[in-house]
Amino acid sequence: MQDNVVLSMRNISKSFPGVRALQNVDFTLRKGEIHALMGENGAGKSTLIKVLTGVYPKDSGRIFLDLNGGLKEINVRSPHEAQTLGISTVYQEITLCPNLTVAENMFIGRGNYRLVNWRTMKKRATEILEKFNIPARATQQLDTCSIAEQQIVAIARAVDMDCKVLILDEPTSSLDEQEVEKLFSLMRDLKSRGVGIIFVTHFLEQMYEISDTVTVLRNGELVGEYEVKNLPRVELISKMMGKDLDDISAIRKRKLPDEKADTSPVYEAVGLSSTNSPNAFDFKISKGEVNGFTGLLGSGRSESVRAIFAADKITGGKVKINGKEVKIRKPKDAMMQGVGYLPEDRKRDGIVEDLSVRENIILALQSMKGFFRPFSKAEAEAFADKYIKLLGIKTASMDTPIKSLSGGNQQKAILARWLLTNPQYLILDEPTRGIDVGTKVEIQKLILKLAEEGVSVTFISSEIEEMLRTCSRLIVMRDRKMVGELKGEAMTQDNIIHMIAGEAEQIG
Amino acid sequence: MGNGIRKFMKSQLVIPLLSLLLLVIFNLIRDVGFFSISITTNNQGHRVLSGNLISIFNGASAIAIISIGMTLITSCCKGQDISVAALAAIAGSVFVSVLRSHEITIPVIILAFVFSCLVSVLFSLFNGVLVAVFKIQPMIATLILFSAGRSIAYWINGGATPTVSSPLLASIGGFIPGIPIPTPIIIMVIFLVLISLVLKLTNLGLYTQVVGINERTAHLNGINPVLMKLTAFIISGVCVAMAGCITVCRIGLINHETLLLDAEMDVILAVAIGGTSLGGGRFSLFGSVIGAYIIQALTVTLYAMKVPSAAVKAYKAVVIILIVMINSPVVKDFFIKLYRKLFKKQVETKISIKAS
Amino acid sequence: MKRILALILVAVLALSLAACGERSGKGSAGGGLIKVGIVNNPPSESGYRAANVADFERVFSEANGYKVSTYYSLKNDEQLNAAQQFITDGVDYLLISAAATDGWTNILENAKKAGIKVFLFDRMMNVDESLFEAAVISDMEAEGNMAVQWLVDQKLPEYNVVHIQGAMGSDAQIGRTKALDEQFAKGTMKCVVQQTATWDEATAKQIVESVINSGEKFNVIYAENDGMAKGAVAALDEAGITHGKDGEVVIMGFDCNKWALREVLAGNWNYDGQCSPFQADKIHEMIQALEKGEKLTEKIVINEERYFDCYTIKEEDIDKYGIGD
Repeated sequence: MQDNVVLSMRNISKSFPGVRALQNVDFTLRKGEIHALMGENGAGKSTLIKVLTGVYPKDSGRIFLDLNGGLKEINVRSPHEAQTLGISTVYQEITLCPNLTVAENMFIGRGNYRLVNWRTMKKRATEILEKFNIPARATQQLDTCSIAEQQIVAIARAVDMDCKVLILDEPTSSLDEQEVEKLFSLMRDLKSRGVGIIFVTHFLEQMYEISDTVTVLRNGELVGEYEVKNLPRVELISKMMGKDLDDISAIRKRKLPDEKADTSPVYEAVGLSSTNSPNAFDFKISKGEVNGFTGLLGSGRSESVRAIFAADKITGGKVKINGKEVKIRKPKDAMMQGVGYLPEDRKRDGIVEDLSVRENIILALQSMKGFFRPFSKAEAEAFADKYIKLLGIKTASMDTPIKSLSGGNQQKAILARWLLTNPQYLILDEPTRGIDVGTKVEIQKLILKLAEEGVSVTFISSEIEEMLRTCSRLIVMRDRKMVGELKGEAMTQDNIIHMIAGEAEQIG
Repeated sequence: MGNGIRKFMKSQLVIPLLSLLLLVIFNLIRDVGFFSISITTNNQGHRVLSGNLISIFNGASAIAIISIGMTLITSCCKGQDISVAALAAIAGSVFVSVLRSHEITIPVIILAFVFSCLVSVLFSLFNGVLVAVFKIQPMIATLILFSAGRSIAYWINGGATPTVSSPLLASIGGFIPGIPIPTPIIIMVIFLVLISLVLKLTNLGLYTQVVGINERTAHLNGINPVLMKLTAFIISGVCVAMAGCITVCRIGLINHETLLLDAEMDVILAVAIGGTSLGGGRFSLFGSVIGAYIIQALTVTLYAMKVPSAAVKAYKAVVIILIVMINSPVVKDFFIKLYRKLFKKQVETKISIKAS
Repeated sequence: MKRILALILVAVLALSLAACGERSGKGSAGGGLIKVGIVNNPPSESGYRAANVADFERVFSEANGYKVSTYYSLKNDEQLNAAQQFITDGVDYLLISAAATDGWTNILENAKKAGIKVFLFDRMMNVDESLFEAAVISDMEAEGNMAVQWLVDQKLPEYNVVHIQGAMGSDAQIGRTKALDEQFAKGTMKCVVQQTATWDEATAKQIVESVINSGEKFNVIYAENDGMAKGAVAALDEAGITHGKDGEVVIMGFDCNKWALREVLAGNWNYDGQCSPFQADKIHEMIQALEKGEKLTEKIVINEERYFDCYTIKEEDIDKYGIGD
C-alpha cells in the first residue's frame, strides 16, 4: 500500500487574517485511487486544493510527490508549476477558451512553443475523443459542446499532460445524470491507468458511487480518512457536521425556554414561497424561542430564511407578526416589523467593505429611520462605540474601513448592526462560519442571552453541535423541502443525521 | 499635530489639493503676479474683480457644477454619464427658447430655468432608467443621448444659433451690478452649500456609497438601489441644467454644436482627480470640485504660456496623466513607504540626539 | 410605472430624432418636373449649413419646377451610397456637397454613364474636371485675404492682434488663418496670442480674459467666427475695455449671422466677413441654361463673398445677407 503513494501532504497549516483555514491536515493519495474530499463549507477543502496547486503558499507542512519512482518533497509556487509537476486541476467553472475548437483547447498553451502542427493536433484530439466516446468533433468550436463535453475536454487536456494527480473540484454540480455517468466512466478509465484522482464534491450519492476513499475535513481540521465501502452514510454526515455518534449522550441538555404557556407566535408564515425557495412552507416562531434550520448545503435552509426576510422576490404566502397580518414584500418591510437578517455570505451580502465600521454598524437602523433623517455624527459615534465595546469588536477605530477587520470582527459588526435595530425576531444564517473558535462561542452565548431577553432567533449552522447547544426546536431540510421538525427529547444528533440522510421513517 | 497630518495624508483630498498646490507654485515661479487680483471698472460702469484667479474660478464653475452630479452617478452606478455636455446643450436650448418667447424679466428667467431643469431631469432620468432598471452599463446607456443630444438641441433651436440679450442675463453670466464677484462663482458656492446641506440633512451620501460598493447589502438593509441610482441621475440633471444656463448667460448665445464641447471628459477627469474611484464606491464631492478647478487652472496656465493652438491638448494630456498617475495606488503606496522611511529616520535621529 | 416612464422617454427621443433625421422631398412625380438628387451635410452641422440647406430648400421647390430628393450625412461612405441610389433612381441632376474630398471618382463615372449631370457645391472634391458640369464653391482663403486687407486699410498706428482660431484643421480655420499668418511673418502685425477656441464662445472668452490678465497690449481681436467674437467681446466688457467703432479694440468676426451684423450696425463690432452659404440660385441658373440647351461657360464658380464693416453696413443688409436670426 505504502509503495503506491503518489501524493502525500503532511501537517499542512494555513491561516488567513483572523481565520485558521487549515490546521495540521494530512492527506494521502495513492495510484489508481479515486479519493473524495468532503466537508461542509469552510471546512478547508478548497484551501487544501489551493495550497496543493500553488495558488496559496502554505504556512507550514510538507508536500511529497512521486517523482521518477520515489517520493520527493516539492514546493509548489504557482499553478503552472503544479501542472509541470503533473498535478492538474479541473475547476467547477470551465476555464477553457469557448471560441476555440475542441482540438485547440486540448493542445494549445502547453508550455511548448514550437510551431503548431494542426494536422497532428487534430488527429490526436480525434483519438482521445473516440477513446472516451465523446460525441464531439475535434474541429467543433468548444462553446457548441454541452457542459459535460466541455468538462471532459478539460479533463482530457489535463490528463494528456502526463498527469499523476488529477483534481476535480466540484465537476458534477452543473451536470445532469447522464452527463455525470459519462464523466464517471472517464474517471474509471483514468483510474485504471494509474492516475490518482482527488474528487471534491458535496453530493453524497456520487461520492458513494465512484470513490474508493474519503477524507473528511471540518473547520480546517482533519476528521479522518475512511474507506468508502465501510463508512455508512449516517456516520459520514456526523463526521462532516461534527461529533461522533458515540458521543451523543455526552451532550448537555439545556432547559428549553419555550415550554411556557405563552406560545402565541411572534412570526407566523403560511404557504410562504419566493423565487429562490419555490416550495411553499409554513413556519412560526414564538417569543424568546431559538429555532434552527438544519440540512446539508443546498438543502434549502438559507433560501427559506431569505424568504422569511423577503430577501428574494416573494411569490406567495401570508405572514402574521404578533398575530396581525402584515405585508412583507421587501427587506425594508421585514425590518420595519422588527425582523433582522444576518446573511450567510458575509462578504457578498453583509459588509460594505470600503465603508467604516461605524457606517456599517448604523446602516440598518439608519435605513429604518429614513432617508431624510440621518443620525448626527455624535449619535452614530455613540451607537458604534456602544456596540464595539459590548461585542468586543477589535478595530483600530470606528472609522477604520470594515474590510481591514478580521472575519470574526466583521461578523460581530454585522451582528451589531442588527442588534442596534432592537429586533423582536433575528435570523442568523451561519453567523459562526469562517471565524475563530473564540468568537463562535461568544456568538452562541449572545444568541442565548438574546432569547432570555425575549428576542426570537432563527439560527443556522453547519455544525450540528452548535445548533443542539442553542436551539430549542430544529427544522430539518432536505432537497429544498422541510422533512421534519424535532424538539425536546427527540432533538438528538442521531435523529437529525438520520433525517438528513433520508431515513426519517425509521425514527417514527 | 502629527496625527492631523497623518489623517490628512489618508484622506481622499490629498492628491487633488497637492496637485492644485503644485500648479500654483509653478505659476508663481513663472510669473509672480499670476494670481494677483485687481479691481477694474467694466463697460457697464461697475467696479469688478479681475485676474487669473477670478478667471479660473469663474471659468470652472460649469464643469464644477456638473461634476457634482457626475460624482454621485459614478459612485452609485459604477460608471459615468457621457451625455452631460450634450444634455447641457439641450437644457441651454430650452432655456433660450423659453426666454425668446417672452419679454425677459426675472420671473421669466426663473420660469425658463425651471423649464430647462425639467427637460434636463427628464432626459437624465431616461439615462437613469436604462442604467438602474435595465442594468445597461452607464457609458453604453448614455451613449444614446451623447450622440443624439446635440441634434435634439438643434431641433429645439430650429437650426440656428439664437441669441438672447438682456442686462438681467448678463448679470447671471457676468456680474450683478454692485457685486464685484462673477455671478457663476456665487452660484457655484450656493450650489456647494446646498449640496453640503443635502448631504448633512439626508442619507444621500451613505446610501449612494452603499449602493455603489455593495448593491446586495444595500437591498438587504432596506435601501432601494434603483431609487438611489435614479436620484443620482435626477440631481445630475439639475446640475447639468444649471451649467447649461450659466454658459448661455455668459455669452447670450446658444450654439448647440459647441456649448460645453467635450466637457464630459473634463468632468469625468475632475471626478477622477478628485479621488473618487471611477469604479464606484466612496466619493468626495469637494474633491471633484477641486478637480474641476485644477483642470481650469491648467487651461488658464496653458493660455498664459501661449502654448501653440495645436499643442494645447497634448500639454493638457501630459499633465493629466501625471496627476492621475500620482493618484494611482501603486504610486501612492510608494510615497507612503517613502514618507515612512523619512519619518522613521527623523525619529531615529531624535532618539540618537537624546541618547547622546 | 418605471417601465411606462421609460417608454415615454424612448418615444420622446425617437420623435426628436426623427425630427432631425433625414428629410426627403415630398412632391408627387408630376410631368415636366426636373428630378434632382441632393447630397449634403446635415443642417445640424452648423448655422452655416442650416442656412445652406434652407437656401436649397427655397430654390429647389416644386414651384420652381423641381422634384427633389435629399440625403444628409456627415459620413462620406453614407453619402456615396446615397449618391449611387440617386443614380439608380434615375435623377436628372445630382448636386453634391461632399463630406470628404476623396473616393468619388467611381460614383461620378457611373453618373456620367447614366447621363446624369453633376454639380458640386460648397466643397470641391478630388476628381477629374470632366466628371462634373460645374462647381460652385466657397473660397475660405479669399475670405481671409479680404478681411486682412480690410484691416490693413484701417491704417492703425500699430497692430497688436489677438487671433482666436476655429477648430484646428478645418477648412474655415486654415483659410482664415493663412492671410493673417502672412502678416505676422512679414512683421507688419504683431501676434499677441494665437490660440484655438474650437469655435466655442466660452473658450474664446477665457482666452481673451487670459490676455487681459497678462497685461499685454492689444488693439485687434480677429475671431474666426461670430460666436467666438461674441465671447471675446464679453471678456472685454467685463474688463472695461471699449471696442468697436470708436473703441480701443477692433473686433472682427466671420459668418454674417444676423445677430452679428446687428452688432456691426450698432458699432460694437468693426467687421464681419461672409462665407456665403447661398449657392442654390447660381446652380438653378445653370440648370435652367442647360435645360435650354445652352453651354456652361464656367467650370469652377467661386461664390461671391462680401464683408460688412461698421462704416458701410446698412439696415437692409442684415435681412438680405444675414444667416439664422
